[in-house]
Amino acid sequence: MRATAPHFIQPLLKTPFHERARALSEVDSFIPWAGYTTVDVFTTVEQEYFAIRNAATLYDLTPMVKYRIAGADAVRYLNRLVTRDIAKLKPDRVAYCVWCDDAGHMLDDGTVFRLGEGEYRLCTAERQLDWLLDSALGFDVEIRETTEEVAALAVQGPTSCAVLKHAGLAGVELLKPFEIGYFSLGQIPLMVSRTGFTGDLGYEVWMPPDDAVSVWDALMEAGRSRGIRAIGSQALNVARIEAGFVAPKVDFLSAEQTIRAGRDRSPLDLGLDWIVDFEKGHFNGRRALLAERARGPRRRLVGLDIEGSKPAHNALLYAEKAGKREVGSVTSAAWSPTCKRNIALAMVDAPYFSMGATVWADIYLNRELVWERRMCRARIVERPFFAPERRRATPPSDF
Amino acid sequence: MSERYDCIVIGAGHNGLVCAATLARSGRSVLVLEAQAQVGGAALTREFAPGFQVSACAHIVHQLRADVLRDLELEAHGLKWAARSMPTTALGADGACLPVGGESSGPDAAAFAAYAAQMQRFAQALVPVLSRVPPRLGTSDWRDYASLARLGWQIRRLGRDDMRELLRIGGMNVYDLLQEHFEEPLLKGALGFDAVLGTNFGPRSPGTVLTLLYRLAAQAAAGGGLSQPVGGVGALCDALARSATARGAQIRPRAVVKRILVEADRAAGVELESGERIASAAVISSADPKTTFLQLLGTAQLDTGFVRRVSHLRSRGLAAKLHLALDRLPEFAGVSESDLGGRLLVSPSLEYLERAYNHAKYGEYSSAPALEITVPTRNDPSLAPPGKHVLSALVQYAPYALKDGWLDERDRFTGVCLSLLERYAPGLSSSIVGVELLTPADIEQEFRISGGHWHHGDLAFDQFFMVRPVPGAAQYATPVPGLYLCGAGCHPGGGVIGTAGLNAARQVLEAA
Repeated sequence: MRATAPHFIQPLLKTPFHERARALSEVDSFIPWAGYTTVDVFTTVEQEYFAIRNAATLYDLTPMVKYRIAGADAVRYLNRLVTRDIAKLKPDRVAYCVWCDDAGHMLDDGTVFRLGEGEYRLCTAERQLDWLLDSALGFDVEIRETTEEVAALAVQGPTSCAVLKHAGLAGVELLKPFEIGYFSLGQIPLMVSRTGFTGDLGYEVWMPPDDAVSVWDALMEAGRSRGIRAIGSQALNVARIEAGFVAPKVDFLSAEQTIRAGRDRSPLDLGLDWIVDFEKGHFNGRRALLAERARGPRRRLVGLDIEGSKPAHNALLYAEKAGKREVGSVTSAAWSPTCKRNIALAMVDAPYFSMGATVWADIYLNRELVWERRMCRARIVERPFFAPERRRATPPSDF
Repeated sequence: MSERYDCIVIGAGHNGLVCAATLARSGRSVLVLEAQAQVGGAALTREFAPGFQVSACAHIVHQLRADVLRDLELEAHGLKWAARSMPTTALGADGACLPVGGESSGPDAAAFAAYAAQMQRFAQALVPVLSRVPPRLGTSDWRDYASLARLGWQIRRLGRDDMRELLRIGGMNVYDLLQEHFEEPLLKGALGFDAVLGTNFGPRSPGTVLTLLYRLAAQAAAGGGLSQPVGGVGALCDALARSATARGAQIRPRAVVKRILVEADRAAGVELESGERIASAAVISSADPKTTFLQLLGTAQLDTGFVRRVSHLRSRGLAAKLHLALDRLPEFAGVSESDLGGRLLVSPSLEYLERAYNHAKYGEYSSAPALEITVPTRNDPSLAPPGKHVLSALVQYAPYALKDGWLDERDRFTGVCLSLLERYAPGLSSSIVGVELLTPADIEQEFRISGGHWHHGDLAFDQFFMVRPVPGAAQYATPVPGLYLCGAGCHPGGGVIGTAGLNAARQVLEAA
């Protein structure tokens, strides 16, 4: 976790789970994530994906950027920062949030944890301490990055609750979605939140880095009879597309990173109106978003159900089969093994994004090094594509 | 809240009063709230020693808009001039003085005439830029394009040679420009002084030709020379106050605004330190941008990016003000009694000026500062007891954030200034009966200007015209509907001009 050598000698840090991951990696497929080396695939994507949907999985979340936000003005501060009303967030609860710049363009998405009185944790994809500190001007609040102080594992899948219970987390089954609970694993204090990126039953376990390996071993042991498996980012990505979640750098780019005009995205573009609370008072980008709402949408992120079985990676979308009028593009695509549907998330221009409408996806296929083109019918459908009852059931069924 | 006004203007400085008078003239109910006991803001005349009055900040009027003077009938409201077209004299060593401007002789006489004529043409071309509301980029409003086109046309119609020269020198430093034209160190020092007066620059700093052109353009727009009102610069604000009151505006002194109230994302009035709340449809602040946004409004009503820009505004003053009460008329070596009624500059060369600036870069005051001296009682004996006199001097450079703090250094710096003055006016020290030094820290305290900068923010390319004070508030309106700026922090900046107040009033009227 902590750099043992200067960053220019060892550019990527190792999480506390690295040795365990290294031992389980069969294909040596590692990728950088937020300054850490992490596993992309352990064995095969399919094997790992089916563990998410049919058993239990461990995913190393440690590189997720974490900030501690505390002080008398923490709620006011967060309410000015994010678009959602944090005053409504109850103790020991988590809220999915997005935040914007002055122009109402997305900077990032993440989760806010209410840890205590006037104490919150903000989990983000990007490092952004400068923005958070500049936002603190005029607020009595203290902000500190705590990424290195907390190790985290996502425990996801239908048997995840049973695994945690079996490991000794008595009462974990009573946690409701987006609720936080405190448990202990032997002598190790754990914070557990019923959150995740799979759209399935699942938990995220937060622990001191020094205890990380013990927790990993204990959960692997407890899950042995429940099909537990370590997974990499690729399998998780298929699950998150099925769940309809947007991913930064894939479905939208932070306004801090865009250069060309028109590449920024607002929460309204992403269909995240439901977490933009115009009634709560001022927040960053509010005036711009109100103007955008009054002007009407220019584009919208939608779910697509595409004919055929070939994922529509990066496909341009057209209004008609002839491919004359371009109306958007696919941002994330996957064959959904569970739904048995060819699904995608796509940014579609107004007015072509209405529910049930048809657009055409221009899919390129590499068939033994020969490229072929398929114009496939794509229907605009509701997200999520996959939403099992068990993701909400409290207590979840036992296994 | 009991009463309700159309407009509340925060601050009764000249811009606040011009704004209030203009709004009242258009039939708006206007309340002006002034923290001090008297109007004037930083354009104030007040006592600094028993019986001695002085213009506490600005001490010469040379940029006041002619249309403000005329339309607000300031002379009918009691404004009288003690002196107009005041001369400028550059003080050299051993009584070697040089008149600046007008008919000059010496090796640079011909060059000066050509230079002055060309700078006048440039200044005239920039007058519309200075007087109007700056345009915005990337809008669909035809007026923005018209305004930009007008700026282009103004520069183009200078003709090929002048246009090329303006574009060549526009980003230059004044040191290089003056080196190109002149020989005499004394002349160059004096001309360079006007480029850096009230700025955070030395003559070799880039952009100092711009600040000089700004000064000249504001002066050209005013159409007059250097003037001194009877009763000091504060008398101008008194006349403005009478004009505003005559048009129906109310002015409340000793009313300290604590915060600007916002309801449903609109400025809704103000709350005073006393707890009293006063409602209004619009709030127009002549306070500096940092005070207005970061203190009175509060960052919670603003977006982070905007707050970031405001907090990054460079607004640390570098000019101090020295006031001397004298028991006789001072005598400056080589300066005639009539020239004593004008402006005396201690900036004997550009090197002297640059060296004076060097200290400021490292948080020190100049060991040999540059001075702009006036003896206001020479033109207006009413400012002091009979036979007594006042010396008022702008002193550069005296950084706001002095390395060792002003508490212990003030007396030492006063001593530096006095011994410097003694060199140019032998015997002056023995006539002093009262001394006041206002450092930028004092100016911040007394006039409630963040950083004690009388321009409310440096005049520099990146804080000028379309981006003054910051993008998002450069057209007097602010991100909060109903809240406007009308002070020196706006285009065109500080100096007793009145344009910011006038333009802000026009924006308020247009929005309604």
